[in-house]
Amino acid sequence: MIRKTVGWLDARIGGSAFTRHALNKVFPDHWSFMLGEVALYSFVVLLLTGIFLSLFFDPSVSETVYEGSYEPLQGAEVSDAYNSVLRLSFDVRAGLVMRQIHHWAAIVFVAALVVHMLRVFFTGAFRKPREINWIVGLTLLILAMFNGFTGYSLPDDLLSGTGLRIAYSIALSIPLIGTWLAFLLFGGEFPAEEIIPRLFITHVMIIPALIIGLLAVHLAIVWRQKHTDFPGPGRRESNVVGSKLWPTYAAKSAGLFFAVFAVLSALGGLIQINPVWLYGPFEPQQVTSPAQPDWWLGWVEGAMRLFPAWEIRALGFEIPNPFFPAVLLPGITFALLYAWPFLEQRFTKDLEYHHLLDRARDHPVRTALGVATTTFYLVMFLAASNDLLARWLGLEVGHVTLAYRIAVFVAPALAGYVSYRLMKALLLSGAETFREMPFAALRLKKRPTRV
Amino acid sequence: MKSTRPITIALVASALASLALTVVYLRGGQPQAEGALLAVSLGGIAVALVLIAQRFLPHGPFVEQRDVEPGAPRERMLAEEDFDRSSDEIERRGFLGKLLGVAFGALGLAALFPIRSLGTKPGRDLFHTPWGPGVRMVTGENAPLRLTDIPVNGFLTVFPEDATHAADAQTVLIRLADGDLPPGPPGAAVEGVVAFSKVCTHAGCPVGLYQAETRELFCPCHQSVFDVLQAAEPTDGPATRPLPQLPITVDEDGYLVARDDFPEPIGPGYWNRGR
Repeated sequence: MIRKTVGWLDARIGGSAFTRHALNKVFPDHWSFMLGEVALYSFVVLLLTGIFLSLFFDPSVSETVYEGSYEPLQGAEVSDAYNSVLRLSFDVRAGLVMRQIHHWAAIVFVAALVVHMLRVFFTGAFRKPREINWIVGLTLLILAMFNGFTGYSLPDDLLSGTGLRIAYSIALSIPLIGTWLAFLLFGGEFPAEEIIPRLFITHVMIIPALIIGLLAVHLAIVWRQKHTDFPGPGRRESNVVGSKLWPTYAAKSAGLFFAVFAVLSALGGLIQINPVWLYGPFEPQQVTSPAQPDWWLGWVEGAMRLFPAWEIRALGFEIPNPFFPAVLLPGITFALLYAWPFLEQRFTKDLEYHHLLDRARDHPVRTALGVATTTFYLVMFLAASNDLLARWLGLEVGHVTLAYRIAVFVAPALAGYVSYRLMKALLLSGAETFREMPFAALRLKKRPTRV
Repeated sequence: MKSTRPITIALVASALASLALTVVYLRGGQPQAEGALLAVSLGGIAVALVLIAQRFLPHGPFVEQRDVEPGAPRERMLAEEDFDRSSDEIERRGFLGKLLGVAFGALGLAALFPIRSLGTKPGRDLFHTPWGPGVRMVTGENAPLRLTDIPVNGFLTVFPEDATHAADAQTVLIRLADGDLPPGPPGAAVEGVVAFSKVCTHAGCPVGLYQAETRELFCPCHQSVFDVLQAAEPTDGPATRPLPQLPITVDEDGYLVARDDFPEPIGPGYWNRGR
């Protein structure tokens, strides 16, 4: 049957040569090469569950009275959007589990993207000829973060409404264009009625279409350039060593898809996430406390909490405080990330082709910079819960914030220095692992390398 | 070593879980059971596929050659030649080429205008709120308020009458204890009751928490603290400006009213706020 179909197709459009080439394509086996696949499969789960959710969600802020089966909110005045999310959660069979799998998949999707990007960074996989895919991948990460935000803002609950309020203020803070930008994005002064339907169409159509398009480009380039590989016996710049696409790699990769889906199902079924019925409907004069965004925006939230009460004012014009941590910092962050492959080329003067990967020790400066930068964003991420930490430790929030303000500079410097010493020592000692490395190697005196 | 047993078990478990999932669904559904059973259905297939790949499928390792340099310089040169040859025709008519550029540019500009339809003009919207001379202060249910409705150390969110949805007009009313001097210009407070904008001057969150012992308003979003006795100056956190104070009084019927709009724009900053 399959053979017959394939024959019928080949007689009309050809393609057997390509199919044969594709089936025999070799993919290297290393656990860290699965990270991108985890992201891809989380995205597939997002699409599958998202289509289901979109059939029930009502993107409107018209007022209605909640009459569903969740008793504490019965009789409450809520928006159609919030009402439809409650209906989906309590009165549509399998609705809640779908919603929760969708939210967990978003969390895992962005996490897998970030870890995948760290792997690519620390192994030097972005080097020539793979600069384009670094740029495409980074754009995918930005789109994923943005779509995550538009997604959790849809239910029109109190927590996400507060997030939208902050987003509006951030847009407002941009010099010269801020007021127009905020009014055009939201349709007018906050809270404008257009924002929920706009977020909806952005979330379910515009950004997913961009992600699918860029994902296709990303995978096509990987296919064309073939995968990188770690150095090892028989592995050269001019070859790829591993399993063939058919059948071994296909079976493993399909297994990974089902494994990712299984884990997300377990999370979605067993661990409650974003219980919007507990936050209540959005009211502009109310606010939840504590209020934290989803994890991938934690660093921006933390930066807003850490940045001191500074702003620039002159001649009746001003650059408001949120501009610096919430516009300038992310702008610089992503500009540097986009530029990194080219910056490194400039500093190392390395314009060679690289298909074999570095190990972290092979490039102590890059590793140290990567560790320091990651630590910087990690401290800001943690600072987004300074109020919770203060409550938990019984301290004043101001003191906790001060500690974080110091840590955000000291911790990256320390982490970068320590990792530089460790990588350099490992490289110079010639040891394979840290355990084999003699302690004296940390003095960074050159020793005869083992053969 | 190459036993098929674990694979069989995984697949049978998967099929059974799918059946159980159907039963759960038909009996009305239950989120925890649905998630857990779906995890077993999918996980069983995952385990089976990975074990099949590990135990029964060829492992090689296989080697495939790759082009270290993906490009083909000769092809690239030929392509450039072909492109140049055909574009010469346009280049020879330089004027037409430029005019074509102008037409495309103008069309591009015209295509930007629909963006303007997305929102209203900011204008002076951000500079004003519905408050004004004699506007009554009401609760969220549009009920007017008398001084006696606010207990000492009490904290109330109020709106202009018939504008309870005006997010920019939300205001906190606080009745200070007897010993406290009301802050602000003379005549802004009435019998120890003061009113401040509830919109944080940092990022616009409602300044939702009032600590009566310290007379501090606290914003739960980024932890800005405002000292009510110092006319709501920020004392901690990222906020740079005090919460604007609404001048209030009591009208002839004994209801609380505003004397005027806020003396300055409320809420988060924007580039021309001071103009």
